[in-house]
Amino acid sequence: MTAQAAEKAPRTAPAAPVRDKGRAGTWVRLVLLLLFVLVFLIPVYVLLVTSFKPLTEADPTQAWNLPKVWTTEAWSVAWEKLEPGIVNSFLLAVPGSLISAALGALNGYVLSKWRFPGADVLFTLFLFGMFIPYQGVMIPLVQLMVNVGDTLGVQLYGGIPGLVLAHVVYGIPICTLIFRNYYVTIPDELIEASRVDGAGMLRTLWSIVLPVSGPAFAVVIIWQFTSMWNDFLFAVFLTGPSSWPTTVMLNNIAGAVTTPYSQQMAAAILASIPTMVIYVLLGRFFMRGLMAGALKG
Amino acid sequence: MTRVRRWLPGLLLVSPSIILIAVFVYGLLGWNFKLAMTDKHDEIAEIPGNFVGLENFTGIWSEERWGLSVRHAIVFTVVFVGGALVLGWLLAFLMEKGIRAESGFRAVYLFPMAVSFIATGVVWRWLMNSATGEQAVGLNRLFHYAGLDFLQWQWFRDPDWGMAAMAIPAIWQMSGYIMALFLAGFRGVPEELREAARVDGCSEWGVYRHVVLPMLRPVTLSALIILGHISLKVFDLVVAVSGKQIITDVPATFMWTAVYDSHDPAKGATIASYIVLSVAVFVVPYLIWDARKGKRS
Repeated sequence: MTAQAAEKAPRTAPAAPVRDKGRAGTWVRLVLLLLFVLVFLIPVYVLLVTSFKPLTEADPTQAWNLPKVWTTEAWSVAWEKLEPGIVNSFLLAVPGSLISAALGALNGYVLSKWRFPGADVLFTLFLFGMFIPYQGVMIPLVQLMVNVGDTLGVQLYGGIPGLVLAHVVYGIPICTLIFRNYYVTIPDELIEASRVDGAGMLRTLWSIVLPVSGPAFAVVIIWQFTSMWNDFLFAVFLTGPSSWPTTVMLNNIAGAVTTPYSQQMAAAILASIPTMVIYVLLGRFFMRGLMAGALKG
Repeated sequence: MTRVRRWLPGLLLVSPSIILIAVFVYGLLGWNFKLAMTDKHDEIAEIPGNFVGLENFTGIWSEERWGLSVRHAIVFTVVFVGGALVLGWLLAFLMEKGIRAESGFRAVYLFPMAVSFIATGVVWRWLMNSATGEQAVGLNRLFHYAGLDFLQWQWFRDPDWGMAAMAIPAIWQMSGYIMALFLAGFRGVPEELREAARVDGCSEWGVYRHVVLPMLRPVTLSALIILGHISLKVFDLVVAVSGKQIITDVPATFMWTAVYDSHDPAKGATIASYIVLSVAVFVVPYLIWDARKGKRS
């Protein structure tokens, strides 16, 4: 299935399902779907309700109750503890997703419109990089970063630049895939015409392809931002305390037995706000990234 | 010569990514395998370690903890992949003919995808708290309210089936994605095909059985690949829900402790190699199949 099909699907769907065995079936489906909505939202209820509770209401018997006294106490403590991580996450995810998008656009453009012999095999070799469990490269990656850092006299291991590098490199496959699938839809004649006019590869990219690449950039930037923001594995292996991103900090806060539930939940919500905002505002592009992750069909 | 001039610029433009993927994906994977075949069981030692062949790969099976973590991974994978597939399919099935407020439903089922396992792990650890009776919180408390005390159990702390509980948050997180895949799949079935089957006297169930479901096979395969490779490398979720407890140990967390607590690079690399192999076994054939299919069309 292609990203386009997924995009189009909801619109072409029959809006009025009449023929079906009448209204009863529709109602049953609606009720079941609503039931699942309730189940899906249970964790959200718990997060919100618990985060606004004062410590005095942290009693098992009141576990599912609404707070008697609503307070933002836990929120301010959680914010204080989490803030450095959130700053680090932005320092990681903003430049990281922009660099990823630039690389993805170049690769996708060449692999769809400026192909060289073996481009297909190369693309498949790239795609494997999307599926490898990163555990398989982690130990040597740490070693490599330490060695390269020592040689060049820069700090790669332990800091944010190293983490950005890792995310950018291992993001190349998915970003290339998204841009390639997007550029395939640009008619070849357009590129050919530009070529006939004497424009070279870069000129064509700049004046013909990039101006229509907005949606692909949105998809890739959102996808990479979200995965960098939510990543834990790379962060825990590659960063030290001063450059811990949100996830690692959150795990430390929530993992400590001394942290009350209200603060844990508030911190979990705070850590999720940026990606949730993106999801709510730009869900359409987020969906397309997800669909690209399922390869094409 | 002109042909070369035609594709060389493209190759040059992609070459940074080619080098990065070659070094960071394939080079480091190779390095990891090589490390796994040495006796470098001490990270402090400056010596590179001697080649010992597959000794580490066979030796690890005599460790109780390894056997346990493999068993956990299998239980988790079966429950998670099966659960997410069934639930995702069911949700898509309920929605495929169009339903009121469909985008709202989809938004709810999909939102967990935008949040990190670390953040959702916080609330699921609370929901799956193992305390029972008077001290029960979370879902156990909910069972108590409903008069279903017999349902109270240890959740992920259950020594035998704890990993089945661990799969619940993962199902919650991923089934919306699977729903989106299946929904696009359902809607990729041309309405004329269904109509033709109905004209031929198929009941509505017959249409599903003989027309729709067979056409969903490629989507099901994609979904299996995605869920499978997520499952075999599961890490964040386990860390967030239960930390480093042996009772929920999986290969990825075992590797983490081998590197950071036991300081044994060769062992860590061995476990990592097993994780990579378990994923590669089905992803590599899938990618080759996908590439061939792309060439044909």
